[in-house]
Amino acid sequence: MYYLGYTSLESGDLFSGYVFSWAWDNYSDAWTLYRDHFIRSFEYAAIATLIAFLISYPLAYWIAFRGGRWKNLLLLLIIAPFFVTYLIRTLAWKTILADDGIVVSIFQHLHLVSSDGRLLATTTAVIAGITYNFLPFMALPIYVSLEQIDQRLIEAAEDLYANRAKAFFRVTFPLSLPGVFAGTLLTFIPAAGDFINAQLLGTPRQLMIGNVIQSKFKVSADYPQAAALSFVLMAIILLLIIVYARSVGSERVTTGVA
Amino acid sequence: MTSAVETVSVRRHRPSALTRAWAFVRRHTLTAFAIAAFVYLLLPIAVVIAFSFNDPVGRFNFTWQGFTMDNWLHPFDYPQLGPAVRLSLVIAFFSAVIATAIGTLMALALVRYRFRGHGSTNLLIFLPMATPEIVMGSSLLTLFLNYSVPLGFATILIAHIMFNISFVVVTVRARLAGYDRHLEEAAADLFANPWTAFYKVTLPLIWPGILAGFLLAFALSVDDFVITYLVSGADQTFPLFVWGAARVAVPPQINVIGSAIFFIAIAFMLANILWQWRRQPKGAV
Repeated sequence: MYYLGYTSLESGDLFSGYVFSWAWDNYSDAWTLYRDHFIRSFEYAAIATLIAFLISYPLAYWIAFRGGRWKNLLLLLIIAPFFVTYLIRTLAWKTILADDGIVVSIFQHLHLVSSDGRLLATTTAVIAGITYNFLPFMALPIYVSLEQIDQRLIEAAEDLYANRAKAFFRVTFPLSLPGVFAGTLLTFIPAAGDFINAQLLGTPRQLMIGNVIQSKFKVSADYPQAAALSFVLMAIILLLIIVYARSVGSERVTTGVA
Repeated sequence: MTSAVETVSVRRHRPSALTRAWAFVRRHTLTAFAIAAFVYLLLPIAVVIAFSFNDPVGRFNFTWQGFTMDNWLHPFDYPQLGPAVRLSLVIAFFSAVIATAIGTLMALALVRYRFRGHGSTNLLIFLPMATPEIVMGSSLLTLFLNYSVPLGFATILIAHIMFNISFVVVTVRARLAGYDRHLEEAAADLFANPWTAFYKVTLPLIWPGILAGFLLAFALSVDDFVITYLVSGADQTFPLFVWGAARVAVPPQINVIGSAIFFIAIAFMLANILWQWRRQPKGAV
């Protein structure tokens, strides 16, 4: 029953609204009118995924290898943001980044933003929000794969005269790649479709494809166009996943051989 | 021969002091980094909790004005908020119960039997998790629109059951992976009929997985915004209320409810961790 429901809903996407008329225009419009939104979405998602990775990896590494008895508690801290409703934690960022808030004044002191500069309603804020909201999705899989690594393998590498950096890059990192792979997907996919951060932390200039889709559905009731847009979004994501899987997969094979 | 051994030991000895010094530096940079990352992760939560005690002037709760307990004493003292929270809890409960029931049975079927479409079923389980919520939501919405299902409580519930099933299946299946089928056979040898065997042996063994799946489903359902937003009619769940409120006003009661949800969830998790610690023999790391 569930599969039937699911399959029918997947094909439900293709209906052009009230009358089925093979309206391919929806698809060409989807690209010509909203190309910028698509590109922006994937750009933001990619940057956020990269930053999330750079933050999560050392964090997960630290917990996995230095957490000791406190591991579970530290993991709880990582997923703690999930226990605050998504919208509320994004609104909290609005407070933190507010024009008269602490972060802005510190950044002004460091001349990272100009003295009348602001963080709220900028691209930085939107990307920071996305990074924040999906960080646990990146950190947890990396943690799991690091945790499973047999410590003796790293010791063996060191016995074989690998210095720590070499042991890390030749042994630890390749072994944690499945976690990195999973984390990247889990972060990138929801990030590309997100519209809450752009809505709450950005301005119309930061609107992502998710914003367009939701306003087509809820505000202008242009269902066919919205359906076409979400279909294109899904197709691009699938394509990217396939490309990504191929490249990561082949890389892993070569490291395995070398 | 001896000299070779000596060079080896010397070579291994000298860098090890250096390595240790380097490790000391690295350990602390890494620790500092991890602490910074935790601050980043936890700062918004602290803000949410702190501002639940704020006494805002005007309609927005973004700047600190003064400490008050009023918001905690009257958490539902804001129009529409109470019903929204209630609807969220009702939906979360029913969708979690139904999704857990279906998901558990699916997990059992997937682990036990090789049937036609086994592989594609596995794939379909992952699909909802690997799809952006906005695409899921719009797919469901077009489905409901095409069959002219009136949007409201029922559509929200169906949507929540749907995305919850996947998570329940994955959780329960993880528990079943370490499950020894011989136990069930032993029960059958002891003249238990299949139902008794399931009830007395299988169910108690996979119970933690089912409970975890239920709690996960409940939490996801309470938190979900995107899908709910798309398939809801006039009904408002708590996240929808927050969204609507964020445009015109942000009452501190939102922070109160948010903090309350947070504390309850954390209490559950801490209880779980403590329980795990108690089960470990003393002295074990």
